[in-house]
Amino acid sequence: MNQHRIDLMLCGGTGCHASGAGEFKEALGAELERQNLDREIRVIETGCNGFCAVGPVMLVQPEGIFYQKLTSGDVEELVEEHFLKGRPVQRLLYKEPASKETIPIMSDIPFFANQMFRAMRNKGQIDPESIDEYIARDGYFGMARAVNELTPEEIIEEVKTSGLRGRGGAGFPAGVKWGFAAKAQGDIKYVLCNADEGDPGAFMDRSILEADPHAVLEGMIIAARAIGASKGYIYCRTEYPLAVERLSLAIENARNYGLLGEDILGSGFDFDIDIYQGAGAFVCGEETALMRSIEGKRGMPRPRPPFPANKGLWDRPTVLNNVETLANVGQIILNGGQWYASVGTESSKGTKVFAMSGDVNNIGLVEVPMGITLRKMIFEIGGGIPKKRKFKAVQLGGPSGGCVPEKYLDTPVDYEEIAKVGAIMGSGGVIVMDEKTCMVDMARFFMDFIQDESCGKCTPCREGTRRILEILDKIAAGHGTPGDIEILEDLCDVIKTSSLCGLGQTAPNPVLSTLRYFREEYDAHVYEKRCPAKRCAALLKFTVDTDKCKKCGMCYKVCPSGAITWQKKEVAAIDREKCVQCLACYDACRFDAIE
Amino acid sequence: MLSHPDITPEMHQRIDEIIASHKDTPGAVIPVLRMCQDAVGYLPVELIDYISRGLNLPRSDVYGVATFYSLFSLTPRGRHTVRVCLGTACYVKGVKEAMDRIGRTYGIGSGETTDDRRFSLEAVRCLGACGLAPVMMVDQNTYGGIKPDQALEILEKYE
Ligand SMILES: Cc1cc2nc3c(=O)[nH]c(=O)nc-3n(C[C@H](O)[C@H](O)[C@H](O)COP(=O)(O)O)c2cc1C
Ligand code: SF4
Ligand code: SF4
Ligand code: FES
Ligand code: FES
Repeated sequence: MNQHRIDLMLCGGTGCHASGAGEFKEALGAELERQNLDREIRVIETGCNGFCAVGPVMLVQPEGIFYQKLTSGDVEELVEEHFLKGRPVQRLLYKEPASKETIPIMSDIPFFANQMFRAMRNKGQIDPESIDEYIARDGYFGMARAVNELTPEEIIEEVKTSGLRGRGGAGFPAGVKWGFAAKAQGDIKYVLCNADEGDPGAFMDRSILEADPHAVLEGMIIAARAIGASKGYIYCRTEYPLAVERLSLAIENARNYGLLGEDILGSGFDFDIDIYQGAGAFVCGEETALMRSIEGKRGMPRPRPPFPANKGLWDRPTVLNNVETLANVGQIILNGGQWYASVGTESSKGTKVFAMSGDVNNIGLVEVPMGITLRKMIFEIGGGIPKKRKFKAVQLGGPSGGCVPEKYLDTPVDYEEIAKVGAIMGSGGVIVMDEKTCMVDMARFFMDFIQDESCGKCTPCREGTRRILEILDKIAAGHGTPGDIEILEDLCDVIKTSSLCGLGQTAPNPVLSTLRYFREEYDAHVYEKRCPAKRCAALLKFTVDTDKCKKCGMCYKVCPSGAITWQKKEVAAIDREKCVQCLACYDACRFDAIE
Repeated sequence: MLSHPDITPEMHQRIDEIIASHKDTPGAVIPVLRMCQDAVGYLPVELIDYISRGLNLPRSDVYGVATFYSLFSLTPRGRHTVRVCLGTACYVKGVKEAMDRIGRTYGIGSGETTDDRRFSLEAVRCLGACGLAPVMMVDQNTYGGIKPDQALEILEKYE
């Protein structure tokens, strides 16, 4: 490897791309070339760094200095001041919002300091397109141990000891699953990686694939060795072109290095991997549907048993694991199951990656040790709620999950503890909601999603979710009638117990959990025709409360249709003829003056 | 032979290559549909028939697959595809307002194409850029933090 004086780890994740990382990279490359620095300084485009909220971001190695919100206009100063004269550019460093203190080193920033990197340990540290850099960070060492030193039983034992549970949602112990498939009889066995990532508000798996594709391959090879599989597929969401590109390259490089394909590392063990792109169906994230999809059929779930460990893809014994689950495996084999289990709670070991978004300051990707409280995650790592608003609830686990209100914020990140308060760990979507979020509206949002994505095979899932959505629509439109809430509860019960797959069985959760904690909000909609959070347009008056109005004019500035009249020192007024009910003024008014 | 106004001889040749190289692979129908759609822009019914003959599969199977997955479009698409994210993070940040404005301005709903074939509008669930919510993609370009006005401004740039 060519030695460089400085490595510039520029985030090439989707978030930073959208905030202009591409232009910045071009300008930076040109400037380095112009100054004849391109031999000593190298720009590496990494996967998502995690701190998307302040993107585009760049880490300067080996110093560990972190730059944020970069634009192409900053390039000259950066090169001149920092890379030539060694003086970091202060104005581009991170500033702690509360204390206004400047923090130059990445690992000192609270967002990073409270995290623990295992599944994402290479994130932003290596060039994801270089197998050498992966190997230089002990990559494929665990796999080498698995194929050359351990028996399949020993591999499975090690994974059982680690306590690693499936990160795709259900949390089934990975070692146990492998044990079933190892015992199953079959001429061919398969290892599949679930990279379908369907939760609409989550991008953990994408980031792992884009930042560290070899870690996933390594995990798959070890799993294959453990169960005796010869063929693997990665089922990747079609919306993730960069992940597919990087995986393809990683597979090719691993084959060239003799780490994949025939006779891996001279051990006599054969295993190869192909990528299979999904075609846009949420239900294909479910294991049996995913396998049918690879077989070229419509992705509809089938009843279990038989379980995939015995009869999976093409009716052969199959192990399916999630991206994040697999990304942990290499290190478990290298460092031992005990090492992995040294972090976490009684029943939940290791770390978990979350995609945190919504009404929180530090939107981005975080990896935390199991056992950390939700409060710490949202308020210390996430930096709390913006615009001085109040926290209302956090939604965990996406459409199958539930929300956790303020009073349970001290719940630790642990599969069982989170389930106790009515949510699920899920795959890692964390949506923080402030007081301006209407819970009826949120429940409606998830129902709409489920309704859309139900494969239609079972009537309760297909028709039941449609009925729920109709009732929620009715309630939000101000036509709720007494008894509606009770009907909702009954429907939820039926769908839960009589659907075939996890999609249907968990579909009512968002409704049930909002009912559990925010029933009074439903009541307000139904009985008082009032939306306390002021989100349901049909229940709003679109008038200014002249007592509350502080004459600030904020609403006037944001109204897109010129419906608001206002002058300095005068209260605002809304012309309902012109108003298009966009709700922009409600959001802008800091005095809650619009009714 | 397959004759269709939207399929040029070059596309036809490409389609034949795709079919020939996947003829004997079990489960190849989804990749074949994907590649053919990439070549033509959408999947006319005649093309689906042609694929089912080429792969030796019942027409109903191929048709069933093509309609099940949202990736496949059986109607012509616009010159530009506008994907508005209706994922949770974007929803919480008020993407609905932007979506409504786009729909109203161009007179199309999700899954529809303008009469002049300028835009196809799609609602998608999470583009993996939640940090920038609300997010919209036009062709391959991602735009974050879109307010209704900005969304319209951005679209103006695509002819
Ligand atoms: C409707 C539905 C959607 C799912 N989507 C995903 C997904 O996108 N990614 C994922 O890893 N698991 C998903 N799962 C869970 C998988 O069925 C399966 O349990 C998981 O991939 C197993 O891997 P793990 O044990 O490593 O978590 C989904 C399950 C259901 C019921
Ligand atoms: S529960 Fe819903 S998604 Fe699952 S099989 Fe039944 S209809 Fe399909
Ligand atoms: S709801 Fe929208 S259109 Fe109506 S007054 Fe408020 S800002 Fe203007
Ligand atoms: S995309 Fe750059 S930090 Fe997430
Ligand atoms: S929810 Fe819109 S990008 Fe993720």
